[in-house]
Amino acid sequence: MPTLTIDDQQVTVDQGTTILEAAKKLGIAIPHFCYHPRLTKVDACRMCLVEVKDAPKLVTSCSNAVRDNMVVFTGTPKVEEARKSILEFILINHPLDCPICDKAGECTLQDYYFRYSSQPSRFKDNKVEKHKVVDLGAKMVLDSERCVVCGRCVRFCREVVGEENLGIFNRGDHSEIGTYPGKKIEHNYQGNLVDVCPVGALTAKDFRFKCRSWLLCKADTICPGCSNGCNAVVHFTLRSFNGIKGQRVFRLTPRENNDVNKIWLCDVGRWGYSFVDSIDRLTTPALKKGEDFVKGDWDTALRETASGLKTVVERYGPSAVGVIPSPHLTNEDLYALKCLFSCVLKVANIDFKLPGLDKGEGDKLLLKADRHPNTRGAELLGLSGTGLSAEAMMEKVKTGEIRALYLAGSDPVKYIGEKAEEALSRAELLIFQGTNFSASCKLAHVILPGATFVEKEGTFTNYQGRLQKINKALEPLGEALADWEIFTRLGKRLGAYPSYRCAEEVFKDMAREVAPFNGLSYQKIGPQGIKIADSSQ
Amino acid sequence: MKIVGHNLTTKESFYFFEIAKGLWITSRHFIYNMYFHIAHLLGKYPEVPAAVTIQYPEEKIPLSRRWRGRHRINARPDGSPRCVACMLCETVCPVQCIHIVAGEHPDPAIEKYPVSFEIDVTRCCWCGMCEEACPVDALYMDTGKNPEPGFSREDLLYRKEQLVKEMPLPGCQRSLNAPGQGPMEANPLGL
Ligand code: SF4
Ligand code: SF4
Ligand code: SF4
Ligand code: SF4
Repeated sequence: MPTLTIDDQQVTVDQGTTILEAAKKLGIAIPHFCYHPRLTKVDACRMCLVEVKDAPKLVTSCSNAVRDNMVVFTGTPKVEEARKSILEFILINHPLDCPICDKAGECTLQDYYFRYSSQPSRFKDNKVEKHKVVDLGAKMVLDSERCVVCGRCVRFCREVVGEENLGIFNRGDHSEIGTYPGKKIEHNYQGNLVDVCPVGALTAKDFRFKCRSWLLCKADTICPGCSNGCNAVVHFTLRSFNGIKGQRVFRLTPRENNDVNKIWLCDVGRWGYSFVDSIDRLTTPALKKGEDFVKGDWDTALRETASGLKTVVERYGPSAVGVIPSPHLTNEDLYALKCLFSCVLKVANIDFKLPGLDKGEGDKLLLKADRHPNTRGAELLGLSGTGLSAEAMMEKVKTGEIRALYLAGSDPVKYIGEKAEEALSRAELLIFQGTNFSASCKLAHVILPGATFVEKEGTFTNYQGRLQKINKALEPLGEALADWEIFTRLGKRLGAYPSYRCAEEVFKDMAREVAPFNGLSYQKIGPQGIKIADSSQ
Repeated sequence: MKIVGHNLTTKESFYFFEIAKGLWITSRHFIYNMYFHIAHLLGKYPEVPAAVTIQYPEEKIPLSRRWRGRHRINARPDGSPRCVACMLCETVCPVQCIHIVAGEHPDPAIEKYPVSFEIDVTRCCWCGMCEEACPVDALYMDTGKNPEPGFSREDLLYRKEQLVKEMPLPGCQRSLNAPGQGPMEANPLGL
């Protein structure tokens, strides 16, 4: 393993490591545009030049491998001069778009200019004008003038997605990125183009002009889009009037995790956050009066639910109650549900496996056919197979053998269709707990509003059996509550139930009681998650 | 902390002399001002000033060119606002009273424009930072107007449709382009 010196610090790295990566290990940042840790190296931008002792010229640090006893300098006047010249060269034709550029605030070029150049323009001629606001398909917009022709987007499509979508056309200062004539980009990974583009040339239609990057707060989370459990960062605002009124969550960006999503995120998940602030969010508890719903408070709704469940259990026994939870809920929510129904009420009919739950459309890269983030967690918690299956429950609801049905975030009508609709409308007591209005919610007698993934703390177990943590970024909308809290409040009215005050307390209990979670704590899960079980099936 | 005490002299402690002295000063100013006000009415001694107060609202102090009055948004020749909805004023505003919703302009050369632009003057503290932050020739506080009272909060929410119609106070214009016109010959401030 070669040992080299970078700026008077010694470091030993693997054979074949590049100078840039070795410097990164020492915490020395070398500026670069075209280099990306997960794409091939092309040394196109010349921004990463460094001085190597005894080398006749400056060398590109992104593509030159280290040698034993190499002596590298990253901050000599010669290197600084080179960086300044490269930036001046790039900025000759760069438009003064920062005020209206979505990338401003997180733009590599902007940052490098202030850090390494800060010199006024000396260019007196007219700038080369290129195409602005070029439509690249349903999701992306290109601004050729802002492009620094690093080629990362071209390589991303070719190497990661495996499609030839983009190319560099023309030469010299007329070089432009573009799609092939008559073609648009259609794949499911376009959002990553915004992340790989070091400047504001590629912008997402979903985020375009909605908010400025510096007005957004960030919290680590897990994408709730499918059972892959990609690590993500949610960008949200606490100011009620930034951007579009009523919108709090603005985007999801990927977080690096080599074992799960590398550094990518698919578009289904990335742009699937809109339900959080959508108009159909359930924000207050509601009770059905005749044909309509009337707003209620938590007290009334929980009293109604508790007394309804109690009556059914007392009169007809626990087998007259059915529970269908959703694998959208966190482990904590599901554990609290299990405590309530199987320990307190002794209900055996709990099954989350609605038919067709895992019949979405997946792909080879990240997206899984099962569009639920916690299916594996629900399996590990034993929320299936203890009593009747979800489908059988529907039949029994229809025949009247099951009188009370509790839907915790699940929507049987969506998966089973008309049959479920007919069954649900015959139920004596139908309780719907969830975040958004749905076809099943319409038939409920009591509606309990739950919190979405950005509004509660908890854990998801992805398809690999990896336990990962989501964090609370925002307060639940309106009067909604985290699902474990609803079960806790309900539990108190139904019998001896632990009084949980936070999700972590639920997790501690779960870690004591449920085998795969034994000995775990939120600290042990860490930002990258921890594998607790094998993949499902 | 220093406490400055003042012990009354014997003369002051009688009060009577002090009251008489105060009355004398007041009457002297009263008679002087009245004499010259009447004289001015008769056209005499116009060069001698009477009372030092400004006779507002008949008379107004000339405003400084830097005076910060009500906001306005400079207009393009077609009457649309020059604002590009960069939200820098919204960002810098210390009381967060500017609310902008941006949209895609049909002209790619303009690209971004404010679909709605509101300044909540009930919260504005007239610091002028929004004017300084504006990177284009759009937001100015050179109208020379004070905020007017309103009957509802709605009246005090200045929107882009209204802001773009405001004009700068003659002689105090701080924008490079006159509202609705192309570039001026010279910078109005002589900068
Ligand atoms: S790409 Fe960066 S430097 Fe260029 S206009 Fe956008 S923010 Fe400014
Ligand atoms: S669009 Fe962005 S990623 Fe693609 S070449 Fe240009 S600067 Fe690089
Ligand atoms: S003057 Fe100050 S407080 Fe008023 S809108 Fe501008 S930045 Fe905000
Ligand atoms: S700073 Fe100027 S251009 Fe930017 S949003 Fe405010 S008024 Fe518009």
